Amino acid sequence: MAVIDETQAGLLHQTGEGAQELRPRSELSAKELLREVGAVLRMSEAEAAKYAAGTGNNEYHDDQTMIINMGPQHPSTHGVLRLMLELQGETVLRCKPIIGYLHTGMEKTGETLTYMQGGTNVTRMDYVSPLNNELVFSLAVEKLLGIDGDIPERAVWMRMLLSELNRMSSHLLFMATNGMDLGAVSMMLYGWREREEVLRFFQKVTGLRMNHNFIRPGGLAADLPAGWRDDVLAILDMLPPRLAEYDVLMTGQPIWRDRLQGVGVITAQEAMALGSTGPILRSTGLAWDLRRDMPYLRYDEVEFDVIVGTYGDCFDRFAIRLNEIRESMKIVRQILDRMPSGDYRIQNKKVTPPPRARIDESMEALIHHFKIFTEGFKVPEGEVYVAIESPRGEIGCYIASDGSSKPYRMHVRAPSFVNIQTLPHMMRNCLVADAVAIISSVDPVLGEVDR
Amino acid sequence: MGLVNDVLDDGLGGIQHNALTGRIEDLVKWARSRSSWGATFGLACCAIEMMGSGGSHYDLSRFGMEVFRASPRQADIMIVAGRVSQKMAPVLRQVYDQMMEPKWVISMGVCASSGGMFNNYAIVQGVDQIVPVDVYAPGCPPTPETLIHAIETLHQLIEDGEIMKRRAQTGAGANVHITEIAAAVEPTPVLLGNR
Amino acid sequence: MSNTPAPEAAADTSPSTEPAPTLHGHPLTDSFGQPVVHVARSSYIALIKQLANDGYVMAVDLCGVDYLTHPGRTLPEGIAPERFEVVVNLLDIEHRRRLRVRVQIPANDATCPTLFDLHPGTEAMEREAYDMFGISFANHPDPTRILMPEDWDGHPLRKDYEVGVIPVQFSADYVQNAPRAEETSAWQ
Repeated sequence: MAVIDETQAGLLHQTGEGAQELRPRSELSAKELLREVGAVLRMSEAEAAKYAAGTGNNEYHDDQTMIINMGPQHPSTHGVLRLMLELQGETVLRCKPIIGYLHTGMEKTGETLTYMQGGTNVTRMDYVSPLNNELVFSLAVEKLLGIDGDIPERAVWMRMLLSELNRMSSHLLFMATNGMDLGAVSMMLYGWREREEVLRFFQKVTGLRMNHNFIRPGGLAADLPAGWRDDVLAILDMLPPRLAEYDVLMTGQPIWRDRLQGVGVITAQEAMALGSTGPILRSTGLAWDLRRDMPYLRYDEVEFDVIVGTYGDCFDRFAIRLNEIRESMKIVRQILDRMPSGDYRIQNKKVTPPPRARIDESMEALIHHFKIFTEGFKVPEGEVYVAIESPRGEIGCYIASDGSSKPYRMHVRAPSFVNIQTLPHMMRNCLVADAVAIISSVDPVLGEVDR
Repeated sequence: MGLVNDVLDDGLGGIQHNALTGRIEDLVKWARSRSSWGATFGLACCAIEMMGSGGSHYDLSRFGMEVFRASPRQADIMIVAGRVSQKMAPVLRQVYDQMMEPKWVISMGVCASSGGMFNNYAIVQGVDQIVPVDVYAPGCPPTPETLIHAIETLHQLIEDGEIMKRRAQTGAGANVHITEIAAAVEPTPVLLGNR
Repeated sequence: MSNTPAPEAAADTSPSTEPAPTLHGHPLTDSFGQPVVHVARSSYIALIKQLANDGYVMAVDLCGVDYLTHPGRTLPEGIAPERFEVVVNLLDIEHRRRLRVRVQIPANDATCPTLFDLHPGTEAMEREAYDMFGISFANHPDPTRILMPEDWDGHPLRKDYEVGVIPVQFSADYVQNAPRAEETSAWQ
């Protein structure tokens, strides 16, 4: 399904009503861009409560709609997402997602932390794929510093390895939660079983299972430990038969297909208008993946396919993520073959701290260490926006610097924040049980939605 | 009326002279500690580790806790896993109030225990400002071993009966701080369903 | 990291002075290899429409910035610095390029036209800008707070809003005197 080219101004139809042409896209209003503008329930909580209370006459009309609240504490929402659903019987008419229950003030806190500490803050936004958050933050800082072309090869390839493994563990978590939301409770155990293997590798490399603070401006915090190749190969050997198990348990199974196919359909036009990216956009047929289309790191030197769906429904999104695990494994195998030797961080005294042993010997090293860890390194004035492909879509980091050692403004463009806007349009005229499937297929992580 | 007052004050355990009912009280406490069900209150990153503890490698099921009830009416332990924002605080209190006695609270992670690294306008600095906490589990996030240590500490307190008596006097939580257990450096993999 | 070439700049043919590059009549600058267009609030919507016709079909990000404590930032000629800025990042899928648009918003009149009609995906982002900075978006379908509680006072990301740090006194005594699980017998 090709991108609809709205600017075909030469398209003329001669009809009985005279010549007609397509108006340029810029002249379209939101009503025309979106199929169902009436899908979003624009009511404040007070109004909804009054509506729910009714007129007080105790009259019930057959066509009366009901506004119910789902969340923020609910087993089927991914984190503290609250939905106000307007129901007619079991059918969802309109919906309003209400967020903010996990707002942590991370952007404000980011302004009080130095650039080296910034990773600890950013990594907790999308806590399911923390290394991708750190990567986008580090790339933005490196662009401001002007060292983005000088990062050593080994550091770049190590970043790619960790980012792809993180994509695998994030999609495995999606498999687990998606299965559980739809009733395949054993899928929760299987997904976590596989995820444990990847987390164990992360623990060996970074020291932590989650929220690693490992990818830092300038490179990484430490080198890969000895024996890492065997560990990665063990993961790559273990996964394919288990993914084949998932195909048996889910992909070909009639109950699964009935629950997911045709549910939560969204068109490419809508998805682009709403700004959604990642598996949601790819499920509509538009093959947009930043790793291939606007490559960063060394993604232009590895071969992989971009998985694209056809119908834009929940089953497509599930299948896309399942196959993206396989594509990530392909990329990891290529990285294993091509991992160069060298430094794991740039040898720039102003940015990377010196090795601990040198601090005892050299006064200069001691001063650099002190300055980097207390005051932080200063970053030139300016602003950048860098975006990478996280498992949920395009994650971007906008940093405005005023020349000091702390960001003046740090804003993270979280993919789930924007993807959640597609929920009302996907849920229109679906049943309440489908609402759970749809939320699960969007795969939001509320940490990055609320920041 | 001494016997009635004894029972009112200390439950069946207050009856010192009757060996049979004394043992039933022990049985009740043992059953409570072995089959406590958690209320799902996973908020942020700690929720992922909590789900990991319920997974097959760390297996909370061997402690009777693999069932996380969504309805607070059916839950005993509320594990507050994650940072509590200003908007979430009333919801937390409401869910806690809806739980039925006996109920306990584990504050999992540093954000729930004290606000963690987010000492700012948006995060409640410690969930003990809202609900009485029984066990604090440190870590960011706590490893599943730490969470299991916290849960087992709580189970021990329940089985000893100490925790019920103190709550009646002060209405406060047990306030136990446990030490964090670092994840094992070379853990052995679990080979389940291997082909 | 891959930087796309800047869009076509309209240039004069006079060789003596180097004209400042413009895009649709608005100053175009380069920020670390990324093209940025600065536009006045009155022509903001018109520019976004022209850019949508040029191919920038997706508005991936809209955020606010408060320059209260950094008024001396570099801006091209003709653009007067104000307290707030609205920064929009646009994406052209067909030509694989990005463009940033910056609009200056004065403090005493913190309003901005909404992009909702052109890019419905900016609805939540504009609500966040309103919540965090107090920039109202005219004709926005749902101008309410999104992250903070609806009755919250103040706009947290403004520079004159405190972070809200509560000073914590750490002392060794506290750690030693906290009850430990091994001391359960001490409670009787």
